[in-house]
Amino acid sequence: MATPATIHAHAPQGFIRKYIFSLDHKVIGIQYFFLALTAVFVGMFLSLLMRIHLIWPTAVLPLVGEIKPETYLSLLTMHGTIMVFFVLTTAPQGGFGNYVLPIQIGAPDMAFPVLNMLSFWTTFVGFVVIIAAFFVTGGAPLHGWTGYPPLSAVQSAGPGEGLGADLWITSIAIFCIASLMGALNFITTTLDLRAKGMTMMRMPLTVWSWFITAMLGLLAFGVLLSAGILLLLDRNFGTSFYVPLVVVNGQIMGHKGGSPLLWQHLFWFFGHPEVYIAILPGMGVASQVLSTFSRKPIFGYKAMVYAMLAIGFFGFMVWGHHMFMSGMSPYSAFTFSVLTMCIGVPSAIKTFNWLGTMLHGRIRFQTPMLYAIGFVSLFVSGGLSGPFLAQPVLDIQLHDTYFVVGHFHLIMGVAAIFGIFAATSYWFPKMFGRMMNETLGRIHFFITLAGTYAIFMPMHYLGLAGQTRRYSQFTEVAYQTKLIPLQTFMTYAAIITIAAQFIFLINLFWSMFKGPKASDNPWDATTLEWTTTTPPPHDNFGGKTPVVNHGPYEYGVPGAPKDFIMQTDPPMSGGH
Amino acid sequence: MGHPANFPLLAQKAREQWGTEFAMATYTPTTPVNDAGRGKPPVPPPGGGERDRGGNVPNGVPDYGARLRRARLGMVCVVVTVCMIFISLTSAYIVRRGLPTYEDSSASYVHDWGGVRLPWTLLGINTLILLLSSVSVELARRQVTRQAALAPVSGFPGVSLGRERSFPWLGITVLLGFGFLVGQWMAWGQLHDAGFYVNTNPSSSFAFLLTIGHAVHLAGGLMALLWAAGAALLRRPVETRRIAVDVTAWYWHFMLALWVYIFALLGLAR
Repeated sequence: MATPATIHAHAPQGFIRKYIFSLDHKVIGIQYFFLALTAVFVGMFLSLLMRIHLIWPTAVLPLVGEIKPETYLSLLTMHGTIMVFFVLTTAPQGGFGNYVLPIQIGAPDMAFPVLNMLSFWTTFVGFVVIIAAFFVTGGAPLHGWTGYPPLSAVQSAGPGEGLGADLWITSIAIFCIASLMGALNFITTTLDLRAKGMTMMRMPLTVWSWFITAMLGLLAFGVLLSAGILLLLDRNFGTSFYVPLVVVNGQIMGHKGGSPLLWQHLFWFFGHPEVYIAILPGMGVASQVLSTFSRKPIFGYKAMVYAMLAIGFFGFMVWGHHMFMSGMSPYSAFTFSVLTMCIGVPSAIKTFNWLGTMLHGRIRFQTPMLYAIGFVSLFVSGGLSGPFLAQPVLDIQLHDTYFVVGHFHLIMGVAAIFGIFAATSYWFPKMFGRMMNETLGRIHFFITLAGTYAIFMPMHYLGLAGQTRRYSQFTEVAYQTKLIPLQTFMTYAAIITIAAQFIFLINLFWSMFKGPKASDNPWDATTLEWTTTTPPPHDNFGGKTPVVNHGPYEYGVPGAPKDFIMQTDPPMSGGH
Repeated sequence: MGHPANFPLLAQKAREQWGTEFAMATYTPTTPVNDAGRGKPPVPPPGGGERDRGGNVPNGVPDYGARLRRARLGMVCVVVTVCMIFISLTSAYIVRRGLPTYEDSSASYVHDWGGVRLPWTLLGINTLILLLSSVSVELARRQVTRQAALAPVSGFPGVSLGRERSFPWLGITVLLGFGFLVGQWMAWGQLHDAGFYVNTNPSSSFAFLLTIGHAVHLAGGLMALLWAAGAALLRRPVETRRIAVDVTAWYWHFMLALWVYIFALLGLAR
C-alpha cells in the first residue's frame, strides 16, 4: 500500500510511472488540469457552433454540416455536461486542489496516493465515454445537462436518446465514482496530514474551500449516482421509477406510474451543491490572491471560513428552487425561496470581505490579481440576479428564458473560470518553474472580461423580453425578430472572446518552455507552497517537515522586517 | 508509548540499544497480550496540527499508527458515501410507493406499487450468516491486531509468547461472506421462480435494487478481505494486513447494519 510514508524516500524514474500512472499529487494535479483544458476547448467549440447557428440557422458548418434542431439540443446537452463536470468540477478541485492542497498544509502527498491516481484515470475514462456519445448511432443525447425524464428515460424519445444517452449516464456515473474517491482523499488529507502548527484556523482559505467542496462532493455525488442507476434501469430494464405512461410516435411505452419529478428532486439535491462545488474553490483562490496582491491580511478570516461553511450547509436546503415550475405546493416554494435568499447573507459577507481586503491596500495589479478582481465582479453581477430567481412568482416568468442562462453563466460558469485563470497565473510559477507573460495575460484578461459581459449581460434583457432558452431558431419567428440584433451582437462577442482564449493558450505553452525562470516566492506570498523550491521536489519539502508558526495572511505586520511573514517564519516576540 | 501501534518503534529502539543482548531480555508489554485488539480502538493523538501528522518515517520505521488512523478516516468517508446512496434510494422508495397513477379502466387514480413475495426464510438464514460473519470478522480483527502488536518481538530467540492462537477467523469470514452472497443469489432465483422480476412492479424493482446494491457493496468488502488473506500468504508486513482487516471489519459491521435496515425497509414498508 503506497502511502505518503513509503513514497517519501524514492521518486519513480520511468516515464510511465513518473508521468502517466504517477502517484505524485503534483503530477496528478497537472493531469487533471490538462484534462480540463481539453474539455473546456471542446465545450467552447460546441458553444461557438450554437451561437453561430442562432443567427445563421441555415449555415453549413465545418465538421457538423447543417445544424438541425435536434443537433442543436445535442450541442446544448454536451456543452453543459462537459463544462459542468469535466471543467468546473475537474480543474478547480482535481487540478489545483490536488496540486496545492498537500503542499499548503505541509504534507508530502495526499493521504491515499493510489486512490488519487485511480480517481484521475476514472475521470479520464468518464471523459472518453462522454465524447464517444458523439460518434455512436443517433449521436449525442438531447435531454440537456439536467437529463429530465421522460425524454432521458425512453430510448425512442429522440435521435440521441439511444446509445448516446446510455453513454451519457454511464459517463456521469463514472464521474461520480471518481469524484467520491477524490473527495475521500481531500477530506482525509486535510484532517490528518497537516504539518505541526497548521491548526484548522491557520489553513489558507484555499484549503478550506477545497475541504468544504470535498465534503459537498462526498454528500452529493452518491445521490446523483443512485439517481443515474434508476435512470439506467428505466431505460434498459423496463422499470418505472421516473416514467409515467408515455406515448412516443403513437406507441404506448411499457412504463407506467413513475414520476419525472422524482428525478428532478434527486438530481437537484445533487445539482445545487454542485454549483458550490464549482464556485467554492474559486472563492478560495480569490481570497488568497486578493490578500497577497493587496499586501493586506484577508479581511475577516474567520467570517470567510464560516461563510463558506454556511454556503455549503444551505446548499443542501435549496434544491427545490430549481423546481418552482413543477407545480409544487406554494408552501414548499416559499420555504425554498426563503432558504435560497438566506444564501445571500454569507455570499454578501464574502463579497464585502473581499472589498474590505482591497480597501487601502497597496495593490499590485499583476495578472492573478486582475483575474481575482474579475472573479469578484462576475460573482456580484451574476449573484445579484439570484434573489430575483429565488422568488417563485418571478421565476415562473423567467425560468425558461435567457435570463437564467445569463445568471448561471456569469456566476457559476465564467466566475469559476476566472477563478481557474487566477489560480493558473498565480501557481504557474510553482507548477512549471517559469513566469507567465504579463502583457499577454493582461490582454487576455481585458478581452475576456469585456467579452463575458458582452455575451451574458444581454441575455438578461432577452429573458426579461420573454425570449425562450433552448430554442434552436428565432429568425423565422415574427414576434422575436426585433431581438435578433442582440443575439447577433452576442454571437460576435462570443467569437471574439473565444478567439482571445488562444492568447491564454499561447501564453500557457510559450511560458511553460520559454518564460523567465521563477524564483521560489515570486509573489512575496506567505503560504507553505512558497517556502519550498520551484518546482517542488517529489516529497514537496525535500525531506524536511515544515513547522507552522503563523497564520496564512500575515501581510504588513507592524514591527516585522518585511511586509509579509511566511507561515514557517520563527514566531515573533510578542506572541504572534 | 504503551499502545500496540508503537511496538515496532519500541522494538527498533531496543535493537539499537541492546543489540543481541535483547534476546535474553524478558519482554513485558504494557498492554496485556490477551487484551490487545479488544475493547476500544486506539485513541488518535490530539489533532489540529499539534504534532507532526505528516506520516513521516521516524528512524526508518513506518508509522503504522498514523496509517491506521488515516485508513479509518477514509473508511468513515466511504460509510458516509454509501449512506447517501441508500438514503437516496430510500427516499425514492418512499416517494414511488406513495405515487398514484391514473388507470383508464376505472377512470381513477390507483396505487400501482404492487407486492412482492420475498423468500423470508432464506433471507432470514442469510441474515444469520451475515451476523455470524460480522462476529468472525471482529475476531479476525482482534487476532491480527494482537499479531501486529507482538510481531516485533515474536521473532527474537528466547522470547516466548505462549500458545499461538491462529484460528482462521479471516478465512471463516470470507467463507461466510461468500455464503451470504450465494444465499442472496438463491433468493433472487426464488423471486424469479415466483414470477417477480426487476420490472414486474415497483415493489419488486426496489426489492432487487436494494438487495443487489447491498450485495455489490458487500462484494467490495469481500475483495478487501481476500486481499488481506492474500497479503498473509505473500508474507506482507503484518501491520499492513492489520490495517486492511481493521478498516474492512468496520465496513463489514456497517454492511450488517445496512442489511438489517434494508431487511426492515422491505419487510415493514411493503
